[in-house]
Amino acid sequence: MRKIVSLCLACIVLLSTTVLAADSTHLNNQITVKPDADNAGLKLLPGFGALKVADNLGRTRHLVVNAQGDIYTKIMGRVASEKGIVKLHDSNGDGKADVITSFGNYGGTGIAIKNGYLYASSDEEVFRYKLDDKGAVLDTKQPEKIITGLKKGNQHETKSIALDNDGNIYVNIGAYSNSCQIEDRTKGSLGKMPCPILDSAGGIWQFKTSVLNQTYAQGERYATGLRNVVGLDWNSQLNQLFVMQHGRDQLHDLFPELYDERANAEKPAETMYAIKKGTNAGWPYVYYDPELNKKMVAPEYGGDAKKESTDPAFSNPTMAFPAHLAPNGLLFYTGNQFPEKYKNGAFIAFHGSWNRAPLPQAGYFVVFVPFENGKPTGKWEVFADGFSGMEVVTGTRGAAHRPCGLAQGPDGSLYVSDDVKGTIYRIVYNKETK
Amino acid sequence: MKAIKYGVVTLTAFFLINHQPISATEQPSPSTLKASIGRGKELYLLQCLACHQVDGGGVPHLNAPLDGSANVKGNNKARLIKIVLNGLKGEEIEGEAYGNVMAPHKDLTDQQIADILTYVRNNWSNKASQITSAEVKAIRAKNK
Repeated sequence: MRKIVSLCLACIVLLSTTVLAADSTHLNNQITVKPDADNAGLKLLPGFGALKVADNLGRTRHLVVNAQGDIYTKIMGRVASEKGIVKLHDSNGDGKADVITSFGNYGGTGIAIKNGYLYASSDEEVFRYKLDDKGAVLDTKQPEKIITGLKKGNQHETKSIALDNDGNIYVNIGAYSNSCQIEDRTKGSLGKMPCPILDSAGGIWQFKTSVLNQTYAQGERYATGLRNVVGLDWNSQLNQLFVMQHGRDQLHDLFPELYDERANAEKPAETMYAIKKGTNAGWPYVYYDPELNKKMVAPEYGGDAKKESTDPAFSNPTMAFPAHLAPNGLLFYTGNQFPEKYKNGAFIAFHGSWNRAPLPQAGYFVVFVPFENGKPTGKWEVFADGFSGMEVVTGTRGAAHRPCGLAQGPDGSLYVSDDVKGTIYRIVYNKETK
Repeated sequence: MKAIKYGVVTLTAFFLINHQPISATEQPSPSTLKASIGRGKELYLLQCLACHQVDGGGVPHLNAPLDGSANVKGNNKARLIKIVLNGLKGEEIEGEAYGNVMAPHKDLTDQQIADILTYVRNNWSNKASQITSAEVKAIRAKNK
């Protein structure tokens, strides 16, 4: 112990010297943690390494890192007393969490830090906690309830959140349905017209960050026609909200005469939208076909797998990804640690598919999308793979880990959460390991 | 509830003891276990696999697993048959909540339901008795 303390002291002295000697950009590039020998079981690009910060935390969904490097992660589902939010602290600088504490009595997915507050969501409400100057929550027992009474069904019930720089918070309210059929997920059942879900779900709602107890009445439907969004991020460079939609399921099960198993597995893209106030992505009336690059009329609404939607009300996605991969995390990278090409590009955590069966499942990885002039290049590349621990995932239950949330540390490290085992990964770049 | 469970177990035990075993020399007929499993496998691919998956593991928190499920392997055949006929929505299964609904499958014949259930009760790690079309028919008649 004494050894560690003196080592730490040495580190602090060394670090202070570095601060004095070098500019802050240089400091940002200093990687002091060592990747695990097996890179935490991940497959990474040359130069990158990974370590497990913590393990077995429960269903860790989204996460955020404060300026001091402490991690807050939100736990989903039924949580034990004071286990809704887990805080991870690394006291000796080896990158491994050695002080793990928790608070909050509600399960949920969303978590974010903005202007001295930690924001976290249950499946119906959003709370915020004031942080002290060390990034620690001042009162874990009595957060401010800023939003309440949000719709929650059995599916797509999580409430992801993102904050802009003007005092607004954006909340995803997922549609509690697959495609707004009269009988949900039932073969041949047609769509309700108009879809009644859209009045209070299937979109992004905007609220104020500093007003208490806001309900739908005080909020504004900022974007609609989004079936379910889990990954979303505010792009501060463009001053714009970006979201990743989970596309529809079960084209083949529900309309086998129109879609075969291959079409089921490949057709309804996962889509990225650059949101403007009033954007309508078209769910449930349309889905986006990534092979034809067109919005298609959904079979529940008169589509026949060939009929393109020409309705001008519906926006085109900014970018389309393979069907069913389940984008659960989106992060615009603004750090200095990774090579220049990553700056202002997007990382996306794909939770991994189930609805590609009987074809093999896909996803279960983190991808990178380069951006140029504020737009995605349209190409994406796998950045971190191997979470599932399997070459090919045939059944979703078999995946050892599934990437879910993304966060950036103050030194530019990328953090990834896994909601199967509750593993928190930290990915670092070190030229020397090339 | 416990009393009902024991009742079912006792009744089933009684039924098993009194049931005449099928002779090993008997020719396979459509009603035999093996043939039913074979037909059930084909039907599983068409009707069930998308949600319950190739490995019968379901999808964590979305679609319930069949492999290893006490409900699937258990003696309450009536409940199983009713789940296929009527679907399932918002109900916790063995202490777990699942997000997706299961659609009703009333359009399947008694024999098809019997075959599917016999297959899922005898695949992966499951091993349980056959369900017959007569049993499905009896439950369907009482099903509202």
